[in-house]
Amino acid sequence: MKSYNLTHLRELESESMYVIREVAAQFENPVLLFSGGKDSILCLHLARKAFYPAAVPFPIMHIDTGHNFTETTEFRDSLAKKLDLNLIVASVQDSINEGKVQEETGVNASRIRLQTTTLLDAIEGGGFDCAIGGARRDEEKARAKERFFSHRDEFGQWEPKNQRPELWNIFNGKKNMGDHFRAFPISNWTEMDVWQYILHENIPIPNLYFAHEREMVDRNGVLLYNSDVLPNKDGEVAEKMQVRFRTIGDITSTGAVKSSADTLEKIISEVASTRVTERGGRADDKRSESSMEDRKKEGYF
Amino acid sequence: MEKNYDHEGYLNMELLRFTTAGSVDDGKSTLIGRLLYDSKSIFQDQLENITKISERRGEEGINLALLTDGLKAEREQGITIDVAYRYFATPKRKFIIADTPGHIEYTRNMVTGASSANLALILVDARHGMVEQTCRHSFIASLLQIPHIIFCINKMDLVDYDEKVYQKIKDDLDAFTSKLNTQDIRYLPISALNGDNVVDRSKNMDWYQGPTLMYLLETIHIASDENHLDCRFPIQYVIRPQKDEFHDYRGYAGRVAGGVFKPGDDVKVLPSGFSSKVKSIDTLTGPIEEAFPPMSVTMTLEDDIDISRGDMIVRENNVPEVSQDIDVMICWLNKTSLKSNGKYAVKHTSRDARCIIKEVVYRININTLHRDQEDKEIKMNDIGRIKIRTTQPLFFDKYNRNRITGSIIFIDEATNATVGAGMII
Repeated sequence: MKSYNLTHLRELESESMYVIREVAAQFENPVLLFSGGKDSILCLHLARKAFYPAAVPFPIMHIDTGHNFTETTEFRDSLAKKLDLNLIVASVQDSINEGKVQEETGVNASRIRLQTTTLLDAIEGGGFDCAIGGARRDEEKARAKERFFSHRDEFGQWEPKNQRPELWNIFNGKKNMGDHFRAFPISNWTEMDVWQYILHENIPIPNLYFAHEREMVDRNGVLLYNSDVLPNKDGEVAEKMQVRFRTIGDITSTGAVKSSADTLEKIISEVASTRVTERGGRADDKRSESSMEDRKKEGYF
Repeated sequence: MEKNYDHEGYLNMELLRFTTAGSVDDGKSTLIGRLLYDSKSIFQDQLENITKISERRGEEGINLALLTDGLKAEREQGITIDVAYRYFATPKRKFIIADTPGHIEYTRNMVTGASSANLALILVDARHGMVEQTCRHSFIASLLQIPHIIFCINKMDLVDYDEKVYQKIKDDLDAFTSKLNTQDIRYLPISALNGDNVVDRSKNMDWYQGPTLMYLLETIHIASDENHLDCRFPIQYVIRPQKDEFHDYRGYAGRVAGGVFKPGDDVKVLPSGFSSKVKSIDTLTGPIEEAFPPMSVTMTLEDDIDISRGDMIVRENNVPEVSQDIDVMICWLNKTSLKSNGKYAVKHTSRDARCIIKEVVYRININTLHRDQEDKEIKMNDIGRIKIRTTQPLFFDKYNRNRITGSIIFIDEATNATVGAGMII
């Protein structure tokens, strides 16, 4: 008898498309959060698959910290143009100018926390009732407890101890006025799954992921790009080296790894042999044992 | 173990979702830690982090439970509150573990974890044998129709790797599980702490000739777990491209819930009852020749019929039950008890409706499996049989025939919380 069996990547793809379609069906005004990183690029790719031959029926939104790599914003803009997407850019700089948040000071200043305010304002301002994000459960331990459909109250808060049970593949997106949801279609993908799929589907990603030469600063073991926006610390020396980024976020907190992997195949074998988690280079997660959980409770995605 | 990350190999891997259950302290976290560690799925920084915390707390050795306890409250209280998902892969398969807490009051979490699992791993402490919790976990696994159960008789090192101890527990479990309707039940003696029969064969138990746990997880036959007989395609979303090249295109997007669909198949659309033929099955990379569970596809039909979300495409000669009066086995998930005669919102496949609870038939005493027809209050973590009437017909199969078209959730209309998980009988 013929075997009807999907491979695990096709099963993950199918699950994610199902989740994205549920979002489009259950919410009036969803939005896809797009950082320019590989996970949000994957989400966008899966959204295109979910609605083909129609266009993706919701806008994509970038929370711009103002401290982005130029490669990220260039990639974002060209992709939006190529795929004819409705791109919204919400700026942390605007939130600072409007006095809603205050810039952190000191050498470890970062705009990661400030993003939450901009994100919540942009969600409210746009009247969005569900924001789709590319978070994965294998990334961080607080995220391992996240639902596909994550309910947020009117303050955008996540209540980890009081989440709605999520059974089978039935998602409950019912909400009261003012509440909204976050949806995470690629919850069950691992870093390796994402890379293998990107290779298999030939999905374009920013050059930052591939090994290149860059001037870096070593700060407490985290390699940060010595850019104009990185506050200087006394005695630090910038050094040119061959690096690549495993995740792409804010310049001031995204650590790079020394690497010579300049193709997807090489990245995959590097990821397979690495002994440090993907977010191990994220200074924003190193602030405390529960920094991700605390930020998520406040409304971070 | 050699990691196989060559691209071709990775593309051919299967996915196995399993859930773990066991009482507090019977070594569940140690076993998961062992599987993750031996498959090289724990990273250096994670290991250093939990080593540091274990030392700070003055614990002996590394507490592998810290890997799965993601929330601050969990780490503080040393308990697991919520289902945590863990991932690991071997060259043969990728695994998703739904790790559920063992406390009695967390039946709802086990039900949640079990709802999407192909396999349940139930731990039994060799020193204590079959306890109430074991019965409870086996019953839930069988109620949720998990096709495969593996009982791991753990801590064999603490009973001198004695075959008689293992055999006695196996006989007890056999007697109990014969009352359940799970077909594939396996037993194996292990020591998660020392790694006996987890990944490597035990040198301490020559009398055991069966496979190791990892071998079972990698080879258990899961390809027949989906229903490939009864064609069911619940419509999630209607695709109407606003583009000239697809001017009259009308596609029905969904995930196949049963059977195999092919272009040319005679189909029927519920609830309208109209007949048509499958015209094409479309994906971004081109049309495909067949669609089966759990594929997400877009289907077009030969005829222009009015179809919307919540409708279902089925085969002409194999239709699901269509009714407003439905018998359900329910697991209650909320602090507020089930209201007899109460009204709830329900979700079933892609269909929304409301229902009234017509009758509570009985409540199951989950430890004795006795059907209690006197005290029928269904409280949080209780399981019982109810009769409901829905505002509009649902198209369903019995849960033991199809886990997708046989499952239903209940929602409190005031709070919007998911309060009940139902299996149609």
